Amino acid sequence: MRIDIDTYHELLQTLSRNKTRTFLTGFGVFWGVFMLLGLIGGGAGLEQMLSSNFEGFATNSAWVFEQQTTKPYKGHRKGRWWSLCLSDVERLRQQVAGIDVVTPVLSQWGVHAVVGDKVFSAVVKGIYPDYARVETPKLLYGRYLSDADMVGHRKVCVIGRRVYESLFPYGGDPCGSKLRLDSTYYTVIGVNVASGGININGSANESVYVPIPLMRATFNRGEQVDLLALTVRKGVTVTDITPAVKHTIQRAHEIAPTDDDAVMVFNTEVMFGLMESLFSGVNLLILLVGIGTLLAGAIGVSNIMMVTVRERTTEIGIRRAIGATPRMVLAQILSESLLLTIVAGCSGIVFAVIVLQMLQMGVDASGGATGHFQVSFGAAIGAAVLLSVLGVVAGLAPAMRAMTIKPVDAMRED
Amino acid sequence: MIHLERLHKTYFGAQPLHVLKGIDLDIAQGELVSIMGASGSGKSTLLNILGILDDYDEGTYMLDGTLIKHLSETRAAHYRNRMIGFIFQSFNLISFKTAVENVELPLFYQGVSRRKRHAIAMDELDKMGLTDWATHYPAELSGGQRQRVAIARALATRPRIILADEPTGALDSKTGVEVMQLLRRLNADEGITMVIVTHDPNVAAQTGRVIRIKDGVIEHAAR
Repeated sequence: MRIDIDTYHELLQTLSRNKTRTFLTGFGVFWGVFMLLGLIGGGAGLEQMLSSNFEGFATNSAWVFEQQTTKPYKGHRKGRWWSLCLSDVERLRQQVAGIDVVTPVLSQWGVHAVVGDKVFSAVVKGIYPDYARVETPKLLYGRYLSDADMVGHRKVCVIGRRVYESLFPYGGDPCGSKLRLDSTYYTVIGVNVASGGININGSANESVYVPIPLMRATFNRGEQVDLLALTVRKGVTVTDITPAVKHTIQRAHEIAPTDDDAVMVFNTEVMFGLMESLFSGVNLLILLVGIGTLLAGAIGVSNIMMVTVRERTTEIGIRRAIGATPRMVLAQILSESLLLTIVAGCSGIVFAVIVLQMLQMGVDASGGATGHFQVSFGAAIGAAVLLSVLGVVAGLAPAMRAMTIKPVDAMRED
Repeated sequence: MIHLERLHKTYFGAQPLHVLKGIDLDIAQGELVSIMGASGSGKSTLLNILGILDDYDEGTYMLDGTLIKHLSETRAAHYRNRMIGFIFQSFNLISFKTAVENVELPLFYQGVSRRKRHAIAMDELDKMGLTDWATHYPAELSGGQRQRVAIARALATRPRIILADEPTGALDSKTGVEVMQLLRRLNADEGITMVIVTHDPNVAAQTGRVIRIKDGVIEHAAR
């Protein structure tokens, strides 16, 4: 048998004989591919969107907060409020092995940040430069706080994205501009646009970072700090050192060693782990649902091809009588199945890409966290290969049946 | 051309049916032969075996010097395509193909190039006086025209033998006469061997030899 334009014409002829049926059969495959790729792309986008909330945060970090005690100890009543203090930093550094960075953070909510006639209610955070190793800044303009800023008690600040957008609505580089926090003027030295979806004592977006020595003085905070941020060395997990961190703090502040709730250690590592396992589960579910739908579509194709072969017994018999070999009949039915599956499937791929693109545009337009809602080129190629395989498999049973049609049986049916 | 020797055929169903019981028959190159017999006499079975559409159990069938026995489906298809042309009572044209596409089909299976098979098909349709109807579908043609398309299809591969099963059975008498005239002319002009199965004594009368089958044996093979 030659493969020429008539071979394709022949395929189109047979497939277009019952257009509604061909369309509905193809729709099953179309929908299956759309579901599979749509879910994969959507899932990936959602994962990225959620992950972007953690952008900048070291995945091996932890945060230590103070909580009311829940047990009486050494003459202290239960329900006592205690405070983390600057000396805890040195204490942890010396007594807990495996800590890489430990740095204190001071926070003050509801501080009016004023530039000209623009006012923004910001969170002021006092930090040391090594805080950048816990929450990595993404600087749009300028620089981050430096050791010299600390030593020199310089009145400088780094502002978050929303602070920048509210106080400098016309954009441009704000470095060098004066910004008033309550009654003190600071010079803006940088703009941090890390998305900062995680909100630990105020999100990065709404924060104004100032040198911690300056903040202690201007906000009259003494030795007390609001929280300690720490990261661990390579090969050590936060979970490994959490008990040692708690015990060190408990000893220093006369908290019962068994009072687990008084010192809260927020472990981002566990959170990252949770999210990862959540998305592995979601991805597995997506694959199951998507491939299941696609398989249902392929079974539909196989089923309809079976009916078609039954209907075409006489036609196939005539073809056999005038010289078609069983292999030619097999090739014809397989090609029909393959063509139907691939055309419907590729339409599904294109439709999924369009819908995901629209979703992407919607998410981009809404601002906030971003995610890339799209299927990879590899996934699309994979889907096309899967379709070809499904097309052949779906056509196999009907084609084998068609092959067994003997011309003499077909004539008898007539 | 055709040599049958003690040919037997039994259908094995719930009750075995011994349809052909030792057929001996010789048909020479260029002969125009008719096979007559009552329903169930075995004439259609014989035609199917001659057309390599069905296999037989015992005996010998030589077609143009080739032993036709227990052929694979692929070889059977090959022989049918190259040596035999079929004409059926119900025309057996493919309904969704035009006249010319129907005539081209056996050439397509033979691997003839697109341009060449189209030229051959148009030539055959022209001989049948159907040039103007080439792009029409079978449903748009009259019974006689459909049968002429079927004849054109049978002739397209230049077969050595044409097997016709009741070629006039579905036609009115006037068209039937025309179709028979056409077959006789093809036999006379091109020397194609023809075997026609028929009920109709008028059709049989126009053939060179009438073979009568009764209960699976040849009763009479008059020349």
